[in-house]
Amino acid sequence: MYRYDEFDAKFVAERVAQFRGQVARRLSGALTEDEFKPLRLMNGLYLQLHAYMLRIAVPYGTLNARQMRMLAHIARKYDKGYGHFTTRQNIQFNWPKLVDVPDILADLATVEMHAIQTSGNCIRNVTADHFAGAAADEIEDPRPLAEIVRQWSSLHPEFVFLPRKFKIAVSGSAHDRAALKFHDMAVEIVRNAAGETGYRVLVGGGMGRTPYVGYVVGEFVAKEDILAFLESVMRVYNQSGRRDNKYKARVKILANALGPEEMHRQVMREFEEIKQAGTLQVPKEELDRIDAYFAPPKFEALPDAMPKGDADFENWVKTNTHPHRAPGYAIATISLKPIGGVPGDATDAQMDALADLMDQFGIEEIRVSHEQNLVLPHVRKKDLPAIHARLAALDLATPNAGLITDIIACPGLDYCDLANARSIPIAQDLSKKFADLARQHDIGELKIKISGCINACGHHHAGHIGILGVDKKGVEFYQLQLGGSGAEDASIGDIMGPGFGEHEIADAVERVVDLYLKERQGGERFLDTYRRIGMEPFKNVAYREQLYAAHTG
Amino acid sequence: MPLIRVEAGRAAALDDAFTHVADDAPLPEAGGAIVSLARFIKDRDTLLARNAPIGVRLKPDETPEGLGPDLARLLVVAVEFPKFADGRGFSWARMLRTRLGYKGEVRAVGDFLYDQISHLVRVGCDTFEPTHPLTADDFNRALSEMTYVYQPSADGKRTIRELRAEK
Repeated sequence: MYRYDEFDAKFVAERVAQFRGQVARRLSGALTEDEFKPLRLMNGLYLQLHAYMLRIAVPYGTLNARQMRMLAHIARKYDKGYGHFTTRQNIQFNWPKLVDVPDILADLATVEMHAIQTSGNCIRNVTADHFAGAAADEIEDPRPLAEIVRQWSSLHPEFVFLPRKFKIAVSGSAHDRAALKFHDMAVEIVRNAAGETGYRVLVGGGMGRTPYVGYVVGEFVAKEDILAFLESVMRVYNQSGRRDNKYKARVKILANALGPEEMHRQVMREFEEIKQAGTLQVPKEELDRIDAYFAPPKFEALPDAMPKGDADFENWVKTNTHPHRAPGYAIATISLKPIGGVPGDATDAQMDALADLMDQFGIEEIRVSHEQNLVLPHVRKKDLPAIHARLAALDLATPNAGLITDIIACPGLDYCDLANARSIPIAQDLSKKFADLARQHDIGELKIKISGCINACGHHHAGHIGILGVDKKGVEFYQLQLGGSGAEDASIGDIMGPGFGEHEIADAVERVVDLYLKERQGGERFLDTYRRIGMEPFKNVAYREQLYAAHTG
Repeated sequence: MPLIRVEAGRAAALDDAFTHVADDAPLPEAGGAIVSLARFIKDRDTLLARNAPIGVRLKPDETPEGLGPDLARLLVVAVEFPKFADGRGFSWARMLRTRLGYKGEVRAVGDFLYDQISHLVRVGCDTFEPTHPLTADDFNRALSEMTYVYQPSADGKRTIRELRAEK
């Protein structure tokens, strides 16, 4: 894992002191709320429906046990005993007091964490494949690059007042677990014909009210040139991104207006200049220095067989463990989606217990996934039964990773100032409806993603089944979208039609799923069947009750 | 409000040798004048023939590349910040310094905040005409808040990476 040196440590400490000053000026009235807003946002502090919300950066989703313990401490001391892991691999606390926030940031700094640029119109916390450094199918660990990008983007003087927020994701595997094509910019590690690794850069993806799948702007960027290339894209965006309309200000709108050729031309003009200046080249020594922090743990020579256990264990292994590059090891997903629970929430006791578990089993790091779960990247297979038992005792062993109850949901109208409808109760209804594990296994891989408004924090556009909450004259309605994907076969879901009522949506989803079970061929996933047969048959069953009501009413 | 100049990381107030001249106003008899880009393009020959310093004011949607070779004859390029959240001026200042090699005064004018001062200095602004009541002391405090920087910009400040390499 990356460790701060004296420079990183002082940078974060001074940033905390600076924010303490900003909070003092706000409390004394020297700053108006309008003036304070961009400053607090740049430190992750939102004003929500009921209280402030603090979003803490978990760079590229990686935490050590000490950091996990600190999150538990913050949940206990400054909040109501829980935190919420988000689709951006961050953690949010929903009830901090403004006066406490500088102290929270100071506590975080002691474990090398911060909330810098987790909000605001700047380059946000960089996200990465949550299986980075462990996955069997990976070319290279993308986190050294993510750390280089984190440092470069921290308080970048030219890019802290962009037209809109800017999200960067990185991955080192052809199997996309980081939703690269839905990011403002993304870097994928690729290998060229000569066997060298380099970076493919995508731009212009995004969700929100105008979803786009990103396109390639740099086919193969040399490693030492990557910051020069990323800075070039940022310059084109800062100069030409729209500022007249907040809803058209993301880079996806500019990228779509320019098209890939013109975007490439403008980026290359900047790139040639920056490259010639040479100031942003990343020398090999620096790449190696950062790489060394992310060296994998020393893997023992272990037998590769999966240990046997009871039915609960076997079920958990089936969905919640994943192939690791080292024999005798596995990647384990800790589901934060208990049946009927709030997706992504963890209590202080659970976080503390996870840190203890990491220490006990010699697990140095834990990951936050964009699917709002936690991941143990390097686990000895022989330890899995004991780990499973501990997780089960903590209510953290729900065997549903990748199944229909592994639902992504934004905080929605229960917390969020922007939401039009609640997301959490819909996720809970669906989770209970499909609780039966045999049925979940029969349905197989099916990603349900729920957003409480058009901003799409719950990634509904990328859900195999997406649900969007809307407000119709003060009543919550839920639109269904089918056929989205956030993986390497990225696609934007199609809108089915008018929304369903709060008490109808779960039944409508069930009818859609039942039709899939009837129509599927061979080993088709829901997504495959949808792509083959299209919307019409699903639409017919989903609206059955409404049609019946229309004919008889 | 006096003008504030930042030189070698220190801020001081000084008298402004330039006057902002509106598009429909006559030029002053003597002394420096700062005009809009539109007026500069329209009255270019008269303005450059005038025996007094001249500067140009850029709106957020006006790139300094629009000045062409005349840039070298300007003593001041003023970058306007009508709203603090509009960050295009940061790119224009940086572009003046690093792409166009401009050595004259780059002046930030308008609605920028205390917390943007260090960013403005980093991208190459050296004089400041803030709408907000910011003093030279405020500038010096703002410039002392963050010791280290991660990325190169137009201020030539040594980056954390360079400092690491020296150790």
